[in-house]
Amino acid sequence: MELFKSQSNIDFMAWRKPSLIISAILVVLSAAIIFVRGLDYGLDFEGGAMIEVHYEEPAEIADIRAALDAAGFTGAVVQGLGTRTDYAIRIKPHAETASAAEPTAGSSEAKVATNKIAAEVLTALTKSRSDVNVKRSDFVGASVGEELREQGLVAVLFVILGIMAYLWLRFEWRFAVAAVASEIHDTLITVGIFALTGREFDLPALAAVLSVVGYSINDKVVVFDRVREIFRSSRKGEPYEILNRSINSTMSRTIMTGLTTSLAVGTLYFVGGPALENFGLIMLIGIFVGTLSSVFFANPILLWLGVSKQDLMPRTKEDPELAARP
Amino acid sequence: MNEFPRWKYALVAVALFFGFLYALPNLFPKEPAVQISANRGFTVDTALKEKAQGILETKKIAFKSVELDGERLLVRLGSTEVQPTAAEALHEGLGEGYTAALNLASTVPHWLTAIYAHSMPLGLDLQGGVHFLMEVDQKSVLDKQEIQYSDEIAQIARDKKIPGVSVSRSPQGIVAVARSAADRDRLAVEVGKVAPELQISNGNATDNAFSLVAKISDVKLREIARDTIRQNVGTLRNRISSLGEPVIAQQGDSRIVVELPGVQDTVQAKILLGATATLEWHAVDPSSPTLAAEVARGTASAPADARLYYHRTSGSPHLLKKKTIVTGDDLVSAASIPDPTTGTPAVSMKLNAKGGQRMLDFTMGNVGKPMAVVYTERIPEVKTVDGKEVRTFKTKEEIISIATIQGVFGPQFQTTGLDSMKEASELALLLKAGSLAAPVDIVEERVIGPSLGADNIGKGVFAVILAVLLVVVFVGIYYKLFGLIADVGLLLNLVLLVAILSIFGATLTLPGIAGIVLTLGMAIDANVLICERIREELRNGSTPMAAISRGYDKAWATILDANVTHLIAAFGLMAFGSGPIKGFAITLAIGIVTSMFTSVMVTHVLVGLIFGGRRVKTLSV
Repeated sequence: MELFKSQSNIDFMAWRKPSLIISAILVVLSAAIIFVRGLDYGLDFEGGAMIEVHYEEPAEIADIRAALDAAGFTGAVVQGLGTRTDYAIRIKPHAETASAAEPTAGSSEAKVATNKIAAEVLTALTKSRSDVNVKRSDFVGASVGEELREQGLVAVLFVILGIMAYLWLRFEWRFAVAAVASEIHDTLITVGIFALTGREFDLPALAAVLSVVGYSINDKVVVFDRVREIFRSSRKGEPYEILNRSINSTMSRTIMTGLTTSLAVGTLYFVGGPALENFGLIMLIGIFVGTLSSVFFANPILLWLGVSKQDLMPRTKEDPELAARP
Repeated sequence: MNEFPRWKYALVAVALFFGFLYALPNLFPKEPAVQISANRGFTVDTALKEKAQGILETKKIAFKSVELDGERLLVRLGSTEVQPTAAEALHEGLGEGYTAALNLASTVPHWLTAIYAHSMPLGLDLQGGVHFLMEVDQKSVLDKQEIQYSDEIAQIARDKKIPGVSVSRSPQGIVAVARSAADRDRLAVEVGKVAPELQISNGNATDNAFSLVAKISDVKLREIARDTIRQNVGTLRNRISSLGEPVIAQQGDSRIVVELPGVQDTVQAKILLGATATLEWHAVDPSSPTLAAEVARGTASAPADARLYYHRTSGSPHLLKKKTIVTGDDLVSAASIPDPTTGTPAVSMKLNAKGGQRMLDFTMGNVGKPMAVVYTERIPEVKTVDGKEVRTFKTKEEIISIATIQGVFGPQFQTTGLDSMKEASELALLLKAGSLAAPVDIVEERVIGPSLGADNIGKGVFAVILAVLLVVVFVGIYYKLFGLIADVGLLLNLVLLVAILSIFGATLTLPGIAGIVLTLGMAIDANVLICERIREELRNGSTPMAAISRGYDKAWATILDANVTHLIAAFGLMAFGSGPIKGFAITLAIGIVTSMFTSVMVTHVLVGLIFGGRRVKTLSV
């Protein structure tokens, strides 16, 4: 069985101009979505409180909102969790000070106030319905969330630089640059698409973004490996031709691995429950974007940077050999 | 060419044997239990076992078994619902001498635990519980220190007869104003002698006010911060051990993570976390030690001005005078040091000016007599009586040190004659715990209900099984025999991954499950690379055996590069912070390494076993 004809020789490189232009547009659009419109940072990054409640009998979202408004939680966001008995209530850090009628934010009194929110929300809800109970409640201080965001950024930078250094050593600088450019491309577009879904960006989402970086680099390295191999073994060393051959001969594997990994993370999205939904979704988007960029972005960049046969010949091995010949 | 030296087969066999062995405990589900431990002076024995059994039977609480487990008694229960009622019944029935805590008991057979094979502990998101992130209020620690030093500088000025010195605190540090430049310089020298950890500089000077600014050095501040955290972690551990099996860990410079699996009642937990400790110095009653023993037995009564206390470590009874000499509020610092004259372990202590004066007055009349330090912990308790919340305190008083006064001393003195440096540092930590109790703020709080935990683990396990099934079927159909071999490798990878996580004692969390699923999805990539290479070689006209051999060879370079870069990404995740993401990253990193072993070496050995001696014309790939 074959998903991709082994004899195929599609001229992917012929599309390099349109594909690079499309990539550039997508990157700019994604960056605009992320930085101008902003991500809807979840509790983990922004702080505040989140309470998940369960009703014995179905409840109306409007009634919950009314009950919360009556208790003074005007900034609360109520979301259904798939069923009519489970809801999540999110209270953002700026909203809680207004509601709790405590001294202004920043003081230790405000801290104490946020601390009690879960209990207060429950009291407010039990006033209107007695069959409610709290499934989970999270409270995160704003400073904790802020730190996490900084650490997340540091982690992404660390990963990108580490990968760049490794590829530079094992391959050549052009491969390192092409890989890192594709990493940034993939990360931005994945997060951009995710932002369009309007979901909250939480801690599992960050883990997924970093995993996308890992997956996508995996994909690029496989193709790059073949590029290096063919360059070394072929006599002519025509880059355009070699890149095309590399993409074609690894295409079967690219599709296959994309599918198996999608099958695995897809189950997380569909059956893993609300806590893993974001992770699964971002991975699915990332696998799709990463697979396409291996073909239509990373290799065109490599060609554009001027990869050549000379740069890829193993120097250390050949030179002594040549010198030893009589 | 596809046969290997014996050791390679042996290595694979051994790795898989241990893999299965250490992954096995995870198949035994934990069961709800109540764990009973004895407080000092009480013992856990068969009599207690029978008593506990009796209590449960009279209250008609269903239980599976009651067993003695070393220092504790383990009551196994059928369901989590009866856990709180059983714990409460046992707590009431057994009295104050025993602590009953909710627990999850292992059902792993003894022969497995004997070889240290344990199941992975479940994270809070999978079993329910409370998670707190607490931050030590460093500012108030600094405030307290500055107040201490202000007092001390004022005292130095009085002692050294430097007239008209006024001391106050400002955002720049402690400001002491003297009447003349000469006075100011003399004060600076004297303060520098007593408190070298202060950074002293000259401040503003007018014609009759010459100021001196003293700042606590950054090194000292960091040291204080580190001490407060350590001491808070220590006291917290003592305090909440009654709440099951808590996890307490330091995170960063000023934070402490406390996780209480199974606990739902945050009120009780928060109160326990907020308990405080105090210190008091008392003179030892001059009556004979036998009297103390008699008082302890109840055969004699204590003198009117004395009270009975027990020693923390030895448990021996002592009679102490009721009058307090100094308290922990007067203690400025305590540190474990080797005694400068003898080199034996000692604890040096420093009191503030007021405490130093009192100590001087007391020691002048009591050289050669013993003195004791009493550590008192007040643990608040909340009980519901007639539907109302009643807050009471449980007081724990114990002697942490008894020493003979060797001479007259004031604010600075030391306790010697300790058995080890460990004992000395423990004593210093206790002394600090009773003096600089730093306020702790809860900056993060997460409560996960038990039903949600059960729901999460159900969904998580289902996701893993489904993911494995889908990948296995897909790969099996696509690559036929080689697909099936890859599938075997994949399943062994799951076993090895679980075994290594279990050996490391890693906590299984929801993100950890995501890591397992992702690892399995990507682990098959190595086999895809190998199978595609074998197909290519066959197309290029290689013989089947040569195709296998070259397929593995050529794919290896790619697999290595791909996995190293992927590993770098996993390390990136691991590098930042702790908590759920770290668990995910560790799972991913271990999974990458095990997948290189199972996908390449194990499958190659399997291929060798299948095709080794035979001449085949075609390959099913």
